[in-house]
Amino acid sequence: MNIVVCIKQVPNTNEVKLDPVTGTLIREGVPSIINPDDKAGLEAALRLKDANGAHVTVVSMGPPQADAALREALAMGADEAVLVTDRAFGGADTLATSTTIAAALKTLQYDLIITGRQAIDGDTAQVGPQIAEHLGIPNISYAEEIKLDGDYVTVKRQYEDRYHIIKVKMPCLITALSELNKPRYMTPGGIFDAYRNKEVKILTRQDIEVDDATIGLKGSPTRVWQTFTKSLKAAGQLVNLDPQESADYMLEKLQEKFII
Amino acid sequence: MDIQEYKGVFIFVQQVDNKIAGVSFELLGKAKELAKDMETEVTAVLLGYNVSGLCKDLARYGADKIILVDDKALEIYMTEPYAHAMYHVIEKYKPAVVLYGATAIGRDLAPRVSARVKTGLTADCTKLEVASDGTKNLQMTRPAFGGNIMATILCPDHRPQMATVRPGVMQKIKPVDGAEVPVDKFDLTISKDHLNVEILDVIKKVSNKMDIQDAKILVSGGRGMGCPENFSLLKNLADALGGTVSSSRACVDAGWVEKDLQVGQTGKTVRPNLYIACGISGAIQHLAGMEESDMIIAINRDETAPIFDVADYGIVGDVTKILPLFTEEVKKAMAARNA
Amino acid sequence: MDFVLSKEHEMARTLYRDFAENEIKPLAQELDEEERFPVETVEKMRKYGLLGIPFPREYGGQGCDTLSYVMCIEEVAKVCGTTSVVLSGHTSLGAAPILKYGTPEQIEKYFIPLAKGDKLGAFALTEPNAGTDASMQQTKAVLEGDHYVLNGSKIFITNAGYADTYVIIAMTDKSKGTKGITAFIVEKDFPGFSVGKKEKKMGIRGSSTCELIFENCIVPKENLLGKEGKGFNLAMNTLDGGRIGIAAQALGLAEGAYDETVKYVKERKQFGKPIAKFQNTQFQIADMATKIKAAQMLVYRAAIAKDTQKVYSEEAAMAKLYAAEVAMEVTTKAVQLHGGYGYTREYPVERMMRDAKITEIYEGTSEVQRMVISSTELR
Repeated sequence: MNIVVCIKQVPNTNEVKLDPVTGTLIREGVPSIINPDDKAGLEAALRLKDANGAHVTVVSMGPPQADAALREALAMGADEAVLVTDRAFGGADTLATSTTIAAALKTLQYDLIITGRQAIDGDTAQVGPQIAEHLGIPNISYAEEIKLDGDYVTVKRQYEDRYHIIKVKMPCLITALSELNKPRYMTPGGIFDAYRNKEVKILTRQDIEVDDATIGLKGSPTRVWQTFTKSLKAAGQLVNLDPQESADYMLEKLQEKFII
Repeated sequence: MDIQEYKGVFIFVQQVDNKIAGVSFELLGKAKELAKDMETEVTAVLLGYNVSGLCKDLARYGADKIILVDDKALEIYMTEPYAHAMYHVIEKYKPAVVLYGATAIGRDLAPRVSARVKTGLTADCTKLEVASDGTKNLQMTRPAFGGNIMATILCPDHRPQMATVRPGVMQKIKPVDGAEVPVDKFDLTISKDHLNVEILDVIKKVSNKMDIQDAKILVSGGRGMGCPENFSLLKNLADALGGTVSSSRACVDAGWVEKDLQVGQTGKTVRPNLYIACGISGAIQHLAGMEESDMIIAINRDETAPIFDVADYGIVGDVTKILPLFTEEVKKAMAARNA
Repeated sequence: MDFVLSKEHEMARTLYRDFAENEIKPLAQELDEEERFPVETVEKMRKYGLLGIPFPREYGGQGCDTLSYVMCIEEVAKVCGTTSVVLSGHTSLGAAPILKYGTPEQIEKYFIPLAKGDKLGAFALTEPNAGTDASMQQTKAVLEGDHYVLNGSKIFITNAGYADTYVIIAMTDKSKGTKGITAFIVEKDFPGFSVGKKEKKMGIRGSSTCELIFENCIVPKENLLGKEGKGFNLAMNTLDGGRIGIAAQALGLAEGAYDETVKYVKERKQFGKPIAKFQNTQFQIADMATKIKAAQMLVYRAAIAKDTQKVYSEEAAMAKLYAAEVAMEVTTKAVQLHGGYGYTREYPVERMMRDAKITEIYEGTSEVQRMVISSTELR
């Protein structure tokens, strides 16, 4: 059985801070990580491999430094890694990205494709379902609990107030939530193997079949017009009183504003 | 693609079990403003089975027109039949804009449709405006980079311009009773090929708690509450105020409360009239979910906590001591008011 | 000479750091206050192969080098001195000599489970009358037919009571002096072997440090490790490796205390500004940072020397001597810079200072290290 996991290397946006003087993002020194939803997807694939035996290939579209994310996935136990990289793919929005990744996936064997729900930098949650559309296979989003059942996969699909148990025939694509599981650590031996005994296969523009008009900046219907950091509300009053005085103060404010 | 051919602001109406999701009414409200700027109409696209009874409410909340696709295959949401239906509606009617709620349904359906139609999709928008430069392009603003920045996105050369919109942000209009609007029944063949998944079971999460996004008053706890038992202090205050308890991500991750109480970038966005932040430091991911609250009161031991930068009133102190006293004061005041 | 770590070493450090932060740090204070051995952490380390990092794959280890092993000890020690010595005692002292000196049968039976982490190891040389003067072995081993009978006691043995396998040094022929000392592999269930008093210590309080008692303990002949009369060499050689682990522990303790201090001095305000703005604080920080870096260079150099040189005793001794003294100095300064708060258990630096002291003493006191270095220098 062949499982392909799509991962993205992202800056750890939980550690990004705003420069209090300039109001801009401080991006330097922010470590790069495997996107958390993707890591959960990889862990799900590795668990299926542990339980049922499977060949797990990790794929990432990104600049050359995404190699580190793929090595980490190999160190966790993935069998093969593919980096889809080329200047021609740059500047892509989600449609162009998904088109490129789908074209790369067509060069691989897959029964099950797992992606993360959303990346913590783009935050769109669009690429997974779009890849499935390009490949003409069903997608199940927001998956918790993935079980194999012969030619089928059974998935617990989350909604806000309920979940569906869905059965779908492979090949199909599943998007994973980081709540799905707690990913395993790498092992030291796995890390040494990843760098010394394994290769990251590179796919460039030449290696995939795709129309130039559908990739990169040219293939992106959406574009960023402006970005700005959010301005926070003006600071209000700050008081330091004893507990009873604090309680009285708050009551007074609520009464002033007619909340009570 | 001739951009000029595409007209109208369409919204995808999310209904589950014959109940329209709150976000759809919010979208109608916003669509009304956009349609005015674009000099066009608002159309609600309703998919389901035996759902024509919902048209009345769509009209009350601002739809100028309704497209109804009613089919057994659409009874319970599945990606493919819904994507198939939306695709054909778009192909036939050629809207300039299609909006979806950024829900577990919308964020699954919209990408699939956008890839099929081969147009642009912008996710999780918190602001929508029409450009005043003559193009009347939709300016879609959304948080990115973990909520650290806002980006305004355009889809200038492709139609329709599609966006998923964050629930709890847009405002619905005051309902207009007795409004009647034309309903187009759109007939569509949904063959077995489109039913490519099987739903084995639907399990509802039992919860008789009020959804925090509907609450007018939220009493919210963070790691500074110290332990899960102290959340009872929050509940007491919430009960006294007629509000609901919510939480920061830290307490959800620690297993103190369920995720449906989580306010923040990866939780829910709330806009209550009053948000009381107790023992919450105010990390940017949390602020993203509540800073639009009308009034924010924060209680924290640490006077340098970032929450005080957005609070209207900040109290430096021990939340476990202050809350019980404040709850008493509130009870007394409420009793006096009702006497 | 390359001062830049390879990508695999950087990634290994990330692994160790994440593991230490998430799995070890939350327990550190509790282990110290309750003097509790980290049973659950040992299980987690086993699961991820952390108990056999420098050992060959074919014997169940991770197949990595000594450098990546000491980096693990370093990262663990930054958050917990106790856990770092459990790891280092098991790997360098309990397991390594069996790999180096063991017969194929001993490697199969004893080493492989240790490398996999299925079993925990320990090493016993020190006796009430044999500390720095390790040759004064009074534990006797007498051959009787197909087994040896051991009598005597050991003290200050790390991992005692939790280890499954002990490498024991004993006297087989007193008349031959250091050439009459032999090493044995003793299983915890051998008749006549018991674990005695547990020490109450100043630091690394969660580490189980106990007496071992041999009362006519029966050890099969096959469990002689190495050759009869070669036990003292085995012990000295084992300690050479072990002291690199302790040097890494000292380094980690210094770094952990330093990181805490940098954070604290930026936050703590007195006289209207963070104390990091005062020149005394700045100069102290500069000194601490420089000494830590120098210690790190010596530790890594010793680790690399172990893998590339036949003899690395001087490198190991220099690393341990310097890193231990830096650890004591840096952790003490850390407490000082934290002021009154640093003296309380609310902050971890007092524990780090208490933990640091032992690094100047065990696996060869700083005085012993000076003996080793000077004897090499003045050859």
